[in-house]
Amino acid sequence: MAKKEYSFYPGCSSQKAASASNYQTSVASMCDELDIQLNEIPDWNCCSASIGFAGGGELPRLALSARNMALSEQAHPDQDIVATCAACWLATKETQERLHGDDALMEETNQALAEGGLKVKANQNVRHMVEVLIEDFGYDELGKHVTRPLEGIKIAGYVGCQTNRPFGIDGESFENPKYLDKLVETMGADPINNYDKKVSCCGGALAFSEPEKSQALIKDIIESAYDGGADMIVTPCPVCQLNVEAYQDHINAKYNTKFNMPVVYYSTLMSVAYGKDAKQAGLDGQIIKAKQLEEIAGK
Amino acid sequence: MSNLNTEMVEKYRNNFLQEVTANVEEGEWVKMCMQCGVCSGSCPLGPYWDHPPQELFMMIRAGKREEVLTSSSMWMCTSCYNCVARCPRGLPITHIMHGLAHYADRLGIAPKGQQTRKFANLFWDNLTKTGRVNELRLGISLYFMNGFAAGVKKALSMAGMGMGMMKTKRLSPMEYFGGHSIKDKKGLQAILKKAKEIELAKEQKF
Ligand code: SF4
Ligand code: SF4
Repeated sequence: MAKKEYSFYPGCSSQKAASASNYQTSVASMCDELDIQLNEIPDWNCCSASIGFAGGGELPRLALSARNMALSEQAHPDQDIVATCAACWLATKETQERLHGDDALMEETNQALAEGGLKVKANQNVRHMVEVLIEDFGYDELGKHVTRPLEGIKIAGYVGCQTNRPFGIDGESFENPKYLDKLVETMGADPINNYDKKVSCCGGALAFSEPEKSQALIKDIIESAYDGGADMIVTPCPVCQLNVEAYQDHINAKYNTKFNMPVVYYSTLMSVAYGKDAKQAGLDGQIIKAKQLEEIAGK
Repeated sequence: MSNLNTEMVEKYRNNFLQEVTANVEEGEWVKMCMQCGVCSGSCPLGPYWDHPPQELFMMIRAGKREEVLTSSSMWMCTSCYNCVARCPRGLPITHIMHGLAHYADRLGIAPKGQQTRKFANLFWDNLTKTGRVNELRLGISLYFMNGFAAGVKKALSMAGMGMGMMKTKRLSPMEYFGGHSIKDKKGLQAILKKAKEIELAKEQKF
């Protein structure tokens, strides 16, 4: 297969020494194996996630994503925009759809962008990395690269909210999307069936402002994975990953539980299955160590 | 009451629905709601909402301006999009919740101690300063947003998590001094300023 190139929007949490820097590490290894070249959008800015709304009105928030699209159009006009973060993907894709559905909004946005010397057409597709994997490669092709199948590991596929709603992945249902389970299977591991918190909310950004309420949601997500017999949880979203992994101590203290459940990215699994070492797979970024993956990666 | 709030009360008199249509993001959709209640069963933090989305929409039509805008309900929206995926009328409910929260904040009548209100404002300030979010500084301002003593207590209770993040190189103390930023900060700030101007000018026209 020829090299595939995309205009890449990494997002704030993926930056060096930021909360999802380990996601970025594993994505880079996965892309290396699949011969994907990610061309970073020059000087991209924050998308304001889904929490900028108090300070930023509608047009300022749309302008943030529009600026990124304008920069992408200049630098990589013929490439699809690809995001690895669910919130980045959602904000950018939503902006694109709204600009196209509303000429007045498109004009106002361009008036604002002109102040920074930019102009947007918003004609590029805006895609999540998972879409690239499934649609541009497909499970069969992804499976061909596996050199170390993740045999015997039971994994709960936690899809969460924003990779699933409102856009979701083509051909998947909102209630029970299967792509993450299929990816797990393709890597040689065992997806757990009937994971009933698969598309439940982890609290998102409200994990910071409403910690107790959000941790109650997170507790159910982890408990349900244990109930299904999972050894670890996999997710496509950096917010989900952080929320479900990082608060387990707090939850244990409050609810008297003994959670110690690793939470990894699909790209972590793929990097290990593709024969990358622990560091390349971002395993040193696990607060709760994924020992089974470390063992395979260390072979 | 803030001046802007008094001005809006006078401008729209008893027509709160019209005010929402004109001034709230996606507010024109509110009149399309058929009160089926599907959205209200969808919110992850639903038990904490005084008025779930369907009720807020009913109250907007009933002109309950004060009750709606001072409510903490829409600040409990986690942006999970459950409601949007299910609403038979296709209302962009998530955006209307964000829009109501933003409008109440701008009018200065959103609930004072509301934690998500504070956090969301901190987030916006943090990102507009450098163009990118600085997680450490955001985290520290988050701990101290309720005052110094509360901040120390909170920072201590979160220290374990912070250490875990630092050990795995997912949080850097160096972020406090400078840290991540875009190059064209001036350009971005000019864009945002203009966007805000356009938005306010549009409101005036209604
Ligand atoms: S689901 Fe839609 S139509 Fe039904 S009450 Fe909610 S907003 Fe109204
Ligand atoms: S997006 Fe907000 S309003 Fe809609 S179901 Fe989720 S929390 Fe409720």
